[in-house]
Amino acid sequence: MKKILEVDDLHISFDTFAGKVQAIRGVSFDLYKGETLAIVGESGSGKSVTTRTIMRLLANNGHIDQGKILFKGEDLVHKTEREMQKIRGKEIAMIFQDPMTSLDPTMNIGNQVAESLRKHKKVSKKEALASALELLKLVGIPNAEQRLKNYPHQFSGGQRQRIVIAIALICYPEILIADEPTTALDVTIQAQIIELMKEIQQKIQTSIIFITHDLGVVANVADRVAVMYGGRIIEVGTSDEIFYHPQHPYTWGLLSSMPTLEMEENELYAIPGSPPDLLDPPKGDAFYPRNEYALKIDTLEAPPFFEVSPTHQAATWLLAPHAPKVTPPKEIVRRWRLYEQKTGLKQTALN
Amino acid sequence: MNQVAMPNKLLDVQNLKQYFHPGQENEVRAVDNVSFHIYEGETFGLVGESGCGKSTTGRSIIRLYHPTDGEIYFNGEDISKLKGKKNMQQFRRDIQMIYQDPYASLNPRMKVQDIIAEGIDIHGLAESDADRNQQVNDLLELVGLDKSHATRYPHEFSGGQRQRIGIARALAVQPRFIICDEPISALDVSIQAQVVNLLQELQRKKNLTYLFIAHDLSMVKYISDRIGVMHFGKLVEVGTSEEVYRFGLHPYTESLLSAIPLPDPDYERNRRRVTYQAPKEDGKERSLKEIASGHYIYCSDDEVPFYQKKLEQKKRQ
Repeated sequence: MKKILEVDDLHISFDTFAGKVQAIRGVSFDLYKGETLAIVGESGSGKSVTTRTIMRLLANNGHIDQGKILFKGEDLVHKTEREMQKIRGKEIAMIFQDPMTSLDPTMNIGNQVAESLRKHKKVSKKEALASALELLKLVGIPNAEQRLKNYPHQFSGGQRQRIVIAIALICYPEILIADEPTTALDVTIQAQIIELMKEIQQKIQTSIIFITHDLGVVANVADRVAVMYGGRIIEVGTSDEIFYHPQHPYTWGLLSSMPTLEMEENELYAIPGSPPDLLDPPKGDAFYPRNEYALKIDTLEAPPFFEVSPTHQAATWLLAPHAPKVTPPKEIVRRWRLYEQKTGLKQTALN
Repeated sequence: MNQVAMPNKLLDVQNLKQYFHPGQENEVRAVDNVSFHIYEGETFGLVGESGCGKSTTGRSIIRLYHPTDGEIYFNGEDISKLKGKKNMQQFRRDIQMIYQDPYASLNPRMKVQDIIAEGIDIHGLAESDADRNQQVNDLLELVGLDKSHATRYPHEFSGGQRQRIGIARALAVQPRFIICDEPISALDVSIQAQVVNLLQELQRKKNLTYLFIAHDLSMVKYISDRIGVMHFGKLVEVGTSEEVYRFGLHPYTESLLSAIPLPDPDYERNRRRVTYQAPKEDGKERSLKEIASGHYIYCSDDEVPFYQKKLEQKKRQ
C-alpha cells in the first residue's frame, strides 16, 4: 500500500502563563492511501493538536519544536502560510466537531460549498455551483436544488454536518481529517453520517484520519487504530489487533471501562486518577501513576515501542523480554480468547 | 438490585403534559401524556434523542417548570400542585438534581465548601459553623474528594472532579430521590466509569432512587434497573433494562438499539441499522399498553396481539 502521509517524531509545545505545555512529545505514524486511521484518546491527550498541526492550524502560542510531516515527499512543517493555503481544502481537508460553529451563518450553503472549488481550481461560478449541487445530493441533502440558497440556521444538526462534509470533499482531497465529526450528534444521526463517510471514501479513495474518543465508532470505521495518551502514541495496530489483542494497560483500561452486551452485573472497571499534567509530564511512562500493572522501570524511563506483529506496536515495558508475565483484566482476557479463535495464534500469556 | 417482594412506588408520574406556549400557534408538546413510576431504591433510565423531551420530563418533575397537566406523586403525595414556600422547601430536600455540564452548573465565584453547603444553609441543617464544615468534609470524602479541596474554586478542578462536587451538593440535603440529567455525557470515557461507579456505590449506601436521563444507551443499560424510551414527547416503551435491550419491540426502540456503536469490530461489521419511519396518522387511540408483565408498549388496542406475538418470536430466537 502506498504511504501518503508520514509523521515523524513530532514535538509540539504551547507557551502559557503557567509555563510551557508539552502537548505532543514525539508522535510518529504513517497514513496509507484509501485507509481510515482512527486516533483515540482522552481530551488533552494530543489527538486534535496532532491533526491541526498537519493542517498547520496551530494557535499562535503553539510551536513545532521538532519533527517532520511528509506529505507527497514534502515537509509540511517548513511550508509558508501561502503554500499551506494551496494545500488546505484542496489536498488535505478537515471536518470539524461542531457543525453549529464551523459554518458561516451569513453565507448561503451553495456558495459555501462552492467556495473552496472557486479558490483552488479555475472554474466559473456556474460550474462551481453545479458541482456543489451534485455533492450536496451525494451527501443526502433533500431537495438540494431549492436549498442551495438556504442559510445554515435553516438546517438541522445532522444536515449541517452533511454540508460540512460536502465542503471538505468538494476538491476530492487526498486526506480527510475528521475531528470528532459525530460527537455532537444523536446516535441515529451519527450512524448515518458514518455510513455516508464510508460510502464516499469508497467512491473517491480518500484516506481518512478519524479522531474520536468513542471506541464504538472506532470499531465501526477504522482500518487501523492509534491510541494516544499524554502526548504520545502508546499503541498502534489494525482494528482487530487493538480490539481483540490489546497490549498496553491504558488500552486495557479503556476497553474495560465501557459496558458491553455480554457484561454481567458486576462493577464497571474505572481507570483511577486523572490524565497527566503536561506542564510537567512524568519522567517515565506518562500512564504509570494510574497503572496497576506499572513496573519499577516505568517511573524512570519512558518505554520504547515493542513490536507485537509487523502491524502492531505498543509502548509498554510489559512487552520487554524480561518483563514479568501479568494477567490482564477479565474483559481483556475475553477479548484475547476471541483473538485466539480468530487467528489460531496461541496466547501463551493466558496459560 | 433484584426486586424482592413488591417495592414501594416512590415516584408515580401520571399523564404528565408539559406544553410550551399552550394554545398558541407555536405550541410545543415537549412532554405529551407520559406515565411511569419508579420504585424506591431503583434506577430508572430515560433514553431518547435530543429534543425527545427526556430532560423536560426530569425538569417538570423537580418543578423547574409548571406541568401543563397531569399528576406527579412522590411518596403518595401529589407534588405537581404543591404551593407555598414551606411545602416547596421540604419537597426540594427530598428531590435533588445532578446536571449535565459540570462546567456550567457550579458558580465560579463560590468556594467548593459554599457550593456544597448552600442547601445546608437554606434548610438550616447545620447547628454551628463547625458542624457545617464537618458535613462538607464528610460529603467531600463520600464522593472521593479531599477535604483540602473545600476552600478551592471550581476552575481548579477537572470535569470528573467537578461532577463529584455536583454530586456532593445534591447529597448535602439528604435527598431520597435524585434526577441525574446526562451526568456523564461531558466526561471522558475513563472518567465516566468512575462517576457511574460512584453513583452506584452511593445508591447502595444511602438507598437512593435515581432517574437517570441519557442518550448513551449502553451506559443506561448498565446502570438502570428499568428503562423508558422516549420519542417526540411520548414514552414508547418501558420495561426492565434487560428486556428492553434484548427484546425491544417498538420500531423506534429497535432503530435506536441498532444505531449504538459497540467497541467490537466483528459486531460492527455485521451490524444492520434499522431506520424508523413514523407510522401514518390513522386516527387510532394509542397509549402505553402492558404487553407482558412489566413490559409496556405505546400502541393501540388492536396492536397488542401483534406485539405479543413479536415478543414471543424474539424470545424464541
